[in-house]
Amino acid sequence: MPRLGKSATVSTSATAAQMGNLKPRRTILDSAQMRRTVRRMAGQIIEFNGGSENLMLVGIRTRGVPLAEAIAAEIERMEDVEVPVGVLDITLYRDDLSTIAPQPVVKETHFPRTLSDLVVVLCDDVLYTGRTVRAALDALIDFGRPKRVQLAVLIDRGHRELPIQADVVGKKVPTAAEEIVEVRFDAVDGSDHVEILELVG
Amino acid sequence: MSGWRRKDLLTIADLSSDEIELILETAESFREVSRRPVKKVPTLRGKTVVNLFFEPSTRTRSSFEIAEKRLSADTINFSAGSSGLVKGEGLVDTALNLQAMNPDLIVIRHAHPGVPQLLAGRIAAGVINAGDGAHEHPTQALLDALTIRQHKKRIEGLKIGIVGDIEHSRVVRSNIHLLTKMGASVTVGGPRTMMPAGLGKMGVVVAHDLEAAIDGADVIMMLRVQMERQSRARFPSVREYFNLFGLTRERLKAAKRGAIILHPGPMNRGVEIASDVADGPYSVILEQVANGVAVRMAVLYLLSGVRAEEA
Repeated sequence: MPRLGKSATVSTSATAAQMGNLKPRRTILDSAQMRRTVRRMAGQIIEFNGGSENLMLVGIRTRGVPLAEAIAAEIERMEDVEVPVGVLDITLYRDDLSTIAPQPVVKETHFPRTLSDLVVVLCDDVLYTGRTVRAALDALIDFGRPKRVQLAVLIDRGHRELPIQADVVGKKVPTAAEEIVEVRFDAVDGSDHVEILELVG
Repeated sequence: MSGWRRKDLLTIADLSSDEIELILETAESFREVSRRPVKKVPTLRGKTVVNLFFEPSTRTRSSFEIAEKRLSADTINFSAGSSGLVKGEGLVDTALNLQAMNPDLIVIRHAHPGVPQLLAGRIAAGVINAGDGAHEHPTQALLDALTIRQHKKRIEGLKIGIVGDIEHSRVVRSNIHLLTKMGASVTVGGPRTMMPAGLGKMGVVVAHDLEAAIDGADVIMMLRVQMERQSRARFPSVREYFNLFGLTRERLKAAKRGAIILHPGPMNRGVEIASDVADGPYSVILEQVANGVAVRMAVLYLLSGVRAEEA
């Protein structure tokens, strides 16, 4: 199976169905820890940018979106400012389209306003190979010319294949390549947690 | 639905409702690409698409070409009146010559039904039927369905009236297959001289006047009177056709309130449709054109992921 940028989280169920069962190995963040982590990330983004003006959070589908929304909610709580949240689908920019079949499902990309002169904070749940972020950067540029682009990820699990680093990291977690990082958000999954899964059978 | 598995898109008749649903959902996402400041994504970079049009076509060909370019594919156009197509080269030879250039996809329109199928069986490239005789025109039916869904939120349970030259229309055939598969009830109407036998077997009701065909309809699909195909006169005069089967504001009252009007284009104003109806609030004809690009992008995207040995 080709190594997808986000196979770790995007297609947990598909991977499990194809390759056997997944067993939880250890919990990285429970619900309370996850809330605190997101809060700290929101604080760092504000600190980093000297406030929340001209900021747009852009969640990379699938689970970058609930992360972006959670960070936006925290910023609103802290600063009383509503930060716009965009949704980015990177499927059409993937570098592995000619090696995988069938074609992955394409979902819509949506930005609440034009990106020009904004500071765009790309949000994703797990930073792994860096290929998703590369695709996201290419996609962003087609929508305008942001003043600056930053990267915020909940989990940095290592194993980079491209020279890409995050500006804001929730938690750095050393992982083995065959492990799977599962991120769940209350808003879409019904609970908040980050777990490391291993493949059995 | 575990993803698209076909090398070719030849007919709607072959497709399952899940496959139709997948194309429509993918097309829905592709609509947004055409609204971007940079209307291009790198998805088909390095892929070659041949547009092979044995019949004249402006809108379908340009729609495919725009779709291909917005996906960054390299495109080559062959049309009737150019190249070997008029030098007496046989169809299969033309196809094998094209294959030797190793294209990834071939979009074909031909006056004879079944030509896309013939080609698909001979070559490794994926084949998209852009209209074969009076047989099928799958991407037209898909863009019609996309337009209907955007307005009515569904296809299942809708009443759809299709009016015009039913016999010569590949658009009708593809639409009947698609709409009945997706659970709509379809009534076709037109002059008896333009109504083929055996339509009942396709699961549609046949009406012989316009009001009966669009009675209580949620969607009205007007077909073009194909002037260039009227080698034998099928009706006495254009005026008489308009008087009996032209869609006017008065006749529109037979349909449901808020019914939408589709037309595959190009329209003959004052023949099958009155000008004020074509430009009226219920006409979605120009949306169909925009949706055509999205549907063709979706089809090109889905087919390009399938290699010959897997199909």
